[in-house]
Amino acid sequence: MPPIVLYLYVNVKYAPQAQRHEFEDTMFELSQDHEDLRALVRDFAEREVAPNIAKWDAAAYFPTDLVPKMGDLGLFGLVVPEELGGTAGEGGSDFTSLCVAIEELGRVDQSIGITLSAGVGLGINPILTYGNDEQKQRFLPDLVAGRALAGFGLTEPDGGSDAAASRTRATLEGDEWVINGSKAFITNSGTEITSVVTVTARTGTNADGSPQLSAILIPAGTPGLTVEPAYHKLGWHVSDTHGLSFDNCRVPAANLLGEPGQGFKQFLKTLDDGRIAISALALGCARACLELATDHAKTRVAFGRPIGANQGVSFQLADVEVMVEASRALTYKAAWLKDEHQAGRRSVGEVKQAAAVAKLYSTEAAVAATRIATQVFGGNGFMEEYPVARFYRDAKILEIGEGTSEIQRMVIARGLGLPA
Amino acid sequence: MNIVVCVKYVPDAQAERTFDSSDNTTDRANVDGLLSELDEYAVEEALQIVEAGEGEVTVLTVGPASAADAIKKSLQMGAHRGVHVDDDAIHGSDAIATSLVLAEAIKKIGADNPVDLVVTGMASTDGAMGVVPTMLAERLGLPAVTLASELEVDGGSATIRRDGDTSTQSITATLPALVSVTDQINEPRYPSFKGIMAAKKKPVEHWSLADLGVDASQVGLDAAWTRVETFTARPPRSQGEIVNDEGDGGQKLAAFLGEHKFV
Ligand SMILES: Cc1cc2nc3c(=O)[nH]c(=O)nc-3n(C[C@H](O)[C@H](O)[C@H](O)COP(=O)(O)OP(=O)(O)OC[C@H]3O[C@@H](n4cnc5c(N)ncnc54)[C@H](O)[C@@H]3O)c2cc1C
Repeated sequence: MPPIVLYLYVNVKYAPQAQRHEFEDTMFELSQDHEDLRALVRDFAEREVAPNIAKWDAAAYFPTDLVPKMGDLGLFGLVVPEELGGTAGEGGSDFTSLCVAIEELGRVDQSIGITLSAGVGLGINPILTYGNDEQKQRFLPDLVAGRALAGFGLTEPDGGSDAAASRTRATLEGDEWVINGSKAFITNSGTEITSVVTVTARTGTNADGSPQLSAILIPAGTPGLTVEPAYHKLGWHVSDTHGLSFDNCRVPAANLLGEPGQGFKQFLKTLDDGRIAISALALGCARACLELATDHAKTRVAFGRPIGANQGVSFQLADVEVMVEASRALTYKAAWLKDEHQAGRRSVGEVKQAAAVAKLYSTEAAVAATRIATQVFGGNGFMEEYPVARFYRDAKILEIGEGTSEIQRMVIARGLGLPA
Repeated sequence: MNIVVCVKYVPDAQAERTFDSSDNTTDRANVDGLLSELDEYAVEEALQIVEAGEGEVTVLTVGPASAADAIKKSLQMGAHRGVHVDDDAIHGSDAIATSLVLAEAIKKIGADNPVDLVVTGMASTDGAMGVVPTMLAERLGLPAVTLASELEVDGGSATIRRDGDTSTQSITATLPALVSVTDQINEPRYPSFKGIMAAKKKPVEHWSLADLGVDASQVGLDAAWTRVETFTARPPRSQGEIVNDEGDGGQKLAAFLGEHKFV
């Protein structure tokens, strides 16, 4: 397959940072390495995930054994530099590679896609970006190999969108942090192989009265940490999600991740990357819907001809094709900007805006695509034997997790310079 | 241990496969191709042998330009180097001609560093004749131990387990030898991203028939001992017979099965 070349005429008028690229022509393309990785992950997903997924989904079973297999492929190391066991760097893999892998897993199953996306974006990324050498050496080798998973606990029962309003507190007593409070909906936090959860907590008050947030590493099994029973979810049945509660949970002072009081800034940046990854996951969902529904429209016969011969059906599929193309362009543009930013060539503001734009569009498109695909399947689309039913249930969370659609619109509007 | 694995690039068995109507050969242009899944077992087995000891795995393919993908995948899995024999004259070759080209290529590979073991899959997923391994062994004058479900290479010999319908055989051949393996022998690995990166730096040689000293008249469609005269698509599956259960469903089913000699 020739490399996919995306020609985009990007009009980045509103990059909020000083550096603006007005009416600039940008061309980016996926490399042969990206396409080889795509072929590898597609093959893996079709052989290891597809035959089992209906069974896993019905049982809400988290396939622990699949994680080290994904580790063997190198998927958890795509954004991790070589010295820490990954392949990222000049001539190696990059953030775009990770998006390709998430898209291909997500095309077969969304839960498996989010397991990788959260495993890297929320699990590995904060430790990699803000951890000191000791913290990296302690946690990253197992996380990169897929022998362990990590979670990121930001959302609380009382609120996720307004993340700064955290009620979970951490106080320094001697050389220990004492944590009290709770977190809600934390992905990968309760698997058999979860090694650590990064948790944001109030560690004081800023001069302006706002809460000072810090991020703290809480290893699995720490006394005072309770992993609540798994949620009963509409979708993402195969993904691991738990509430966490902290009752005088004590960890060494050295478990602080990054600078004290920088927790808020740190997670906002973590979320920017996560949003691009969710966009890739949504792209995988929309592609699956397009492929499944198009095949069905060609073969299902009603009134003596394939249902796809009716414009009422075919025009809807044409719309899904447009959604897929647009999601792809926005996702990989954002991923490319992120890689360019990493290389010091683009500003963080450009990444932030592109990430919110991609996440907003791709996730809403994915939900629309699942609605169309189930409709094209008719009654079968409502049956769990048909993957479109699973995609229909799985898609909704895309518009909620890692910042709701409303939050994306807030971020984008702010990027336009509108009053916050 | 110097091992050569013969791999074939085939049309994806999942896709709709057909013939090229101009010369009744397999249509390779309009279907995505891949490394024959049955050959993945051969590559895996060779890799396990050299990983347990030492040595080098060379993957060899005979096929058009697109067949480079079969070599690439094998290199991504961990093979050390590739040889691609590509020549327009080869198009349409039958098993006899294919085995000739493979044999000459293996001789050339072994010219500097003698080949200890040739490993192949049990058959290709497209032609599925399963005769190339033995033809190749015959041309190379090697003992052929085929359909191995287990392989042990030890000093100067190779021992296989071959599962038959009524017995399980253990067969030993002295090296150098040719072994064909079944899909029971191992669990082929997936490449990794590291493997993808490493494969780009591995050497692949491209040889023509002239490089092998094979005359074009010995291969290709015109030299083939058999040719496909006509082909007809298999008729679409018919509706089947619906048995209505009016209290005698079991008897009707038994009668149906008996009538068609299923029981
Ligand atoms: C399966 C699953 C996995 C998750 N994984 C994680 C995880 O790993 N880590 C983690 O920290 N969190 C995780 N979350 C939490 C997720 O990020 C939050 O649910 C999400 O951010 C929304 O927060 P909330 O649920 O508190 O909703 P709320 O913040 O209460 O929002 C409710 C509604 O109000 C809207 N709203 C709020 N404020 C405004 C406003 N100013 N303007 C307009 N509309 C507004 C929201 O858009 C939303 O529609 C997960 C959630 C789920 C369901």
